[in-house]
Amino acid sequence: MATQQTRTLGRVLLAPSVILLFLWMIVPLGMTIWFSLLRYNLLDPGTESFVGLLNYQYFLTDPAFFAALANTLILVGSVLAITVIGGILIALLMDQPIFGRGIVRLMVIAPFFVMPTVSALVWKNLLMHPVSGLFAWVAGLLGLPAIDWFTNWPLLSIILIVAWQWLPFATLILLTALQSFDEEQKEAAEMDGTPAISFFFLLVLPHLARAITVVILIETIFLLSVFAEILVTTGGGPGLATTNIAFLVYAQALLQYDVGGASAGGIVAVVLANIVAIFLVRLVGKNLDA
Amino acid sequence: MARRISTTHRVTATAAGWLVGFLIFFPILWMVLTSFKTELDAFSTPPQFLFFHWTTENYAIVQERSNYLHHAMNSIILAFGSTAVALVVAIPAAWSMAFAPTKRTRDTLLWMLSTKMMPPVGVLVPIYLLFRDGGLLDTHIGLIMVEFLANLPIVVWMLYTYFKEIPKDILEAARMDGATIGKELIFVLAPMAVPGIASTVLLNVILAWNEAFWTLNLTTVDAAPLTTFIASYSSPEGLFWAKLSAASTLAIAPILVLGWFSQKQLVRGLTFGAVK
Repeated sequence: MATQQTRTLGRVLLAPSVILLFLWMIVPLGMTIWFSLLRYNLLDPGTESFVGLLNYQYFLTDPAFFAALANTLILVGSVLAITVIGGILIALLMDQPIFGRGIVRLMVIAPFFVMPTVSALVWKNLLMHPVSGLFAWVAGLLGLPAIDWFTNWPLLSIILIVAWQWLPFATLILLTALQSFDEEQKEAAEMDGTPAISFFFLLVLPHLARAITVVILIETIFLLSVFAEILVTTGGGPGLATTNIAFLVYAQALLQYDVGGASAGGIVAVVLANIVAIFLVRLVGKNLDA
Repeated sequence: MARRISTTHRVTATAAGWLVGFLIFFPILWMVLTSFKTELDAFSTPPQFLFFHWTTENYAIVQERSNYLHHAMNSIILAFGSTAVALVVAIPAAWSMAFAPTKRTRDTLLWMLSTKMMPPVGVLVPIYLLFRDGGLLDTHIGLIMVEFLANLPIVVWMLYTYFKEIPKDILEAARMDGATIGKELIFVLAPMAVPGIASTVLLNVILAWNEAFWTLNLTTVDAAPLTTFIASYSSPEGLFWAKLSAASTLAIAPILVLGWFSQKQLVRGLTFGAVK
């Protein structure tokens, strides 16, 4: 039974976290909204003026915005597809009687701990380089022409790198969920002689549904903000080929010094992320009650 | 009754498992191998797998020319500094929500989670300007503040899920025996809370070590951690693969080891308890 005293104590203990997070969220966000309504260029200080929704009009009608939006959606969608499908397959494999499973598991999750700048540069140079990269050598062995990844398939190259980083996350979560699958159900299905395919679609996949949802939502949140991988490999190019919303806002703010326009873009990014966030928060909330 | 597993099944699964594991791990392995090559061998076609002239000169050169240790130190300061501050703020909060929940606890937790959903790029402009005007660009204190706030929701959540598992009956039993609040904290609760706190520290250090949005945008030299340092190898004139590999190997080695110990916590921390 919580007494008045413990309740007050609880509030005091909670206050620093709540206040700091509130400030962290509301002050910069409020400033972003305010800047987004100004004409404000860092190269031209002292000339700020209120322009209403003009920045949004510019940003949302800029062809660069549509290119960036398309790139963002393609990037997020492709990485999700690769990591979820690949993650399910690898998790199913890891759940098998593998000799030395612990070590295999370590190898599979390792990419998740590699910092983004390292994975991007190692892939770009050591693997994807059109002349000396390992992929070019493998293509040569197979009698295929070497691919100039970052020139001809820039967005695909980024997708592969990011998918490699997130595949372990999906695998790990799906494997955790898979291991809570009822052993008895497995045995019963085996005795009934249920074919492996229908066993998977009728029993395993529904069991994984929740974990898959979690993977999709959490990855989406992070994938909407992919930045370092683009910065160190393509710088958003060639042209706008690998510019996503996050990179576009960065370029507008810190390369073109257009604070107003970048802020409008930032708010658009916040709105996009919030659409996903609502679903995730609901899902987690449901779990909290259970 | 244990299920019978045929030898064929075992052999196929093992072969497939090792193959997949090897393929996924390969880029890291290749990077480590390249770090021990001369620049000439690193570029050679066909690639040299094992029978090249092994050398450790790249590691020496990386430290000598680019002051690797300075950036490694910055990574340590940022990762552990931000984690320490987060713990100080988050432990009391998680504690009170786990042990004295109110009607609003659930909403508070979910609201904290929602702050983590805000894309950093949405607040990049004001944070950058505030840092510029406050002289915080490229400083440890500024970066620690940002990393601490960015990860605070995860820290509170993780601690909360761990504290929640400490049986409350123990507290009552201790109180019955006449333990004071102070004694209760030190002798009963602390020992039970330590594993959860340690796991939280582990995950948060990993996340902060690899964080590359704020560090790339807010640091240049003085406070630049390894993420920013490695990014400097992206310039065309800096493309020395063996040295890039040596620097990269050094940058990820410690966190890879920590990460391998933290698999369980990773699932828990990053899914906010939705998958255990």
